[in-house]
Amino acid sequence: MNRYSRWRYIVIAVCIVLAVLYSLPNLFGEVPAVQVSPTSSVATVDQALMSGVEDALKAAKIDYQGATLDPTGVKVRLADTDTQLKAREAIQKSLGDGYTVALNLLPATPAWLAGLGAAPMYLGLDLRGGVYFLMQVDMEAALNKQLDRQTGDVRNALREAKVPLAGVVRQGDHLVIKFKDSATREQGQSALAKALREMAVTNLDDTQVTATLNQAALTAFQGQALQQNILTLRNRVNELGVAEPIIQQQGSDRVVVQLPGVQDTAKAKDILGRTASLEIRMVDEEHADAQSIAEAMKGIVPPSDELFTGGREGRPILIKKQILLTGEEISNASTGFDQNGQPAVNVNLSTLGARIFSQLTRENVGKRMAIILVERGKGEVVTAPVIRSQIDGGRVQISGAMTTKDASDVALLLRAGALAAPMEIIEERTIGPSLGADNIAKGEHSVLWGFLAIAVFMVIYYNVMGGFSTAALAINVLFLVALLSMMQATLTLPGIAAIALTVGMAIDANVLINERIREELRGGQTPHAAIHAGYQRAFATILDSNVTNFIAGMALFAYGSGPVRGFAVVLCIGILTSIFSAVVVSRAMVNLTYGRRRRLARISI
Amino acid sequence: MEFFRIKRDIPFMSYARTTTIISLVTFLLSIFFLFTRGLAFSVEFTGGTVIEVHYAAAIDPGLAQAALEKAGIVKASVQNFGTAEDLIIRLPLVAGESSAQASTKVLTALDSSSAHVELRRVEFIGPQVGKELVTNGAIALALVCIGIMAYLAIRFEWRFAIAAIIANMHDIVIILGFFAFFRWEFSLTVLAAVLSVLGYSVNESVVVFDRIRENFRKFKKAGVAEIINNAITATISRTIITHGCTEMVVLSMLLFGGESLHNFALALTIGILFGIYSSVLVSSPIVLWLGATRAHFVKSDTPAAPVVGAKS
Repeated sequence: MNRYSRWRYIVIAVCIVLAVLYSLPNLFGEVPAVQVSPTSSVATVDQALMSGVEDALKAAKIDYQGATLDPTGVKVRLADTDTQLKAREAIQKSLGDGYTVALNLLPATPAWLAGLGAAPMYLGLDLRGGVYFLMQVDMEAALNKQLDRQTGDVRNALREAKVPLAGVVRQGDHLVIKFKDSATREQGQSALAKALREMAVTNLDDTQVTATLNQAALTAFQGQALQQNILTLRNRVNELGVAEPIIQQQGSDRVVVQLPGVQDTAKAKDILGRTASLEIRMVDEEHADAQSIAEAMKGIVPPSDELFTGGREGRPILIKKQILLTGEEISNASTGFDQNGQPAVNVNLSTLGARIFSQLTRENVGKRMAIILVERGKGEVVTAPVIRSQIDGGRVQISGAMTTKDASDVALLLRAGALAAPMEIIEERTIGPSLGADNIAKGEHSVLWGFLAIAVFMVIYYNVMGGFSTAALAINVLFLVALLSMMQATLTLPGIAAIALTVGMAIDANVLINERIREELRGGQTPHAAIHAGYQRAFATILDSNVTNFIAGMALFAYGSGPVRGFAVVLCIGILTSIFSAVVVSRAMVNLTYGRRRRLARISI
Repeated sequence: MEFFRIKRDIPFMSYARTTTIISLVTFLLSIFFLFTRGLAFSVEFTGGTVIEVHYAAAIDPGLAQAALEKAGIVKASVQNFGTAEDLIIRLPLVAGESSAQASTKVLTALDSSSAHVELRRVEFIGPQVGKELVTNGAIALALVCIGIMAYLAIRFEWRFAIAAIIANMHDIVIILGFFAFFRWEFSLTVLAAVLSVLGYSVNESVVVFDRIRENFRKFKKAGVAEIINNAITATISRTIITHGCTEMVVLSMLLFGGESLHNFALALTIGILFGIYSSVLVSSPIVLWLGATRAHFVKSDTPAAPVVGAKS
């Protein structure tokens, strides 16, 4: 009665072999590596890049242990951290600005294992060190800015329809448009409704109408703003040279940024935390004289203007409030030199941006435009160049009165500085690398000593049967680690605690079985019958008790956040593997040992 | 080797009155402390900044506090964390100041005051995140309770579901009571521990209930109290050994897991100890008082009686 068919043993053996194979990568540790990835989508990742990297290393006489090419870039494994630093320098010098070269740690999994798709568990930030940010996008501010921009659209639409306008102001989340009389109001309202399809226009009173974004446009706008912010963050992170950054949308207005292995957390925070956006507006040339500026400094600012002091430009300057173009329309910016050999910034605009810019420059030749960087609601004039001629095609060069460093700063700001909406860090977790390593060691010790204590106790208390239980428990841990490695689930410190807890709770099933067998033996059953009855009767109880545990795990998974979710994942998987190992695997061992003997006088329990 | 060779059933149900009074008193005390002292919620729930730093040599928190005050950071609380070389600094939420600014300010202040400090950990939680965590924690707790009750009601009987959940809530309130009384920090991981206790401790009740059901089938003539007594006696050995094993691992976490797992392990320890007690001596008497009878268990597997009718 206590025999398994051959195929059952084979299935169990295969499971164990697979579990060993897929857990193995966790034992090999990591090697230093450099990772080369393109900074923009223009640069390509191909064989040429790979050979470029290899040539650079050979030229610098740096030994490396193989380079691999994948869709994100090229990864080169190196012997130690010294060569890692040298390699980074050599590669960066030879490839130039189009690529970031980041220091990284890669798993030292042997090629044959990696070929099977085996990889070590993915460690969470609390174990490997790094930075986690949760950023909230300020949609209200973004919307207000969008409406400010649309005052221009309103003016344009009315100008085209030849309807005289008395004024446009934003009040909260809608625009109030004033007309001279009710006749023009009616004309204007219908013109606006026709021209501005994304806005809902309603009349307020006899001479005023209000306009606000309709629901569809609002949703689309919020989606775009978030995407733009994510893109900007990605660019900024690229500037940092982080190996495996994670930048994800969470919910409708949040972004998660994870930067594993970042050592210089202050710099990361500095670059990410820059809540900057760019605006292009016109300098008020009518009030550019010394007297107007002096008056403005005393607080008498013309109503359509805003006074900017300090900043890169140095002198106080009056700039019109109307935003003509925002950083969203800037597709790329780089440093270069103008025809006189002076440092310059080359800016590429999007199609829409190019069209607006062409019109703007045509109407304002000889006047100055200002590029304003807005950080935390405070604007700073980055540069205020004079428009020499109309610029078509969206390729713009800004030059004059700047050093090479100024040029590269401005280019960086233009490239990475444009957020569609202001963002605020609402949650931050920074884990230093030494704490991460400590956490791993502490977690491992907890599991190890807990396991040993149970093993010793089980063998003393249940003898050979206790030995089987311990072996089943060890196999359970093996299954758990193998599954976590296969799924590439993120392992956190609470996750390791869950492994420990699984060890402590999984033994419950074997205790239930062993107690039941003892009871059956006491009740006068033969050893074989006792084993059979023990496993069979205990199973219902094991199932029941694990289901309740599983319910708790699932609730934690659904409503837990961050590290707690890692706990829940491990707990749930651990419950599944423990049922298998405690019931099936331990039974197989018992059957193999006792099942063959027809006359079993006693079992060691 | 065997610890529990119990020849006769222990009359647990006749102690029910005493044990219920004990439970009720600890339960009420816990609630009292929860209300008077309250839980020391971690920064995850309240919002604010926590900074953990490591010094090369032992450091007096008072000195660090003074250094911070000199730099204008007055509302910080500074404590040793685990060892004498580690400090934990807690800052309340300051409107208009980002976490980046706060932690950089703290680090510069500490760095200038003494030897090199190493930043181990920064946690900043904004007010809205804290609120969400509280809500989500409460939802998770409610979901676990409902899920477990529903499962037990389907698998056994509603009386058992109610008995088990009361026994478990009793454990959880007592864990919370301990955390309130000693002002131990209640963090997200502690919440995870509490929810695991909920799932784990209900096992005990399930094991006993399973046995009760089996006994109802086996002993046709015994009374309900006797059947419960026998079920508890038969499973008490397993109950204590299983909990002992889990506790060994939890103790290992308490000893080796460091400061980050300390309160997690504490919560589990209290949960496990009270879990043994409550599943045996709280849930079973409730089942008895709720009026469980044989019919509630065995009805499902009595085959329908054959029907005899006149042949037309």
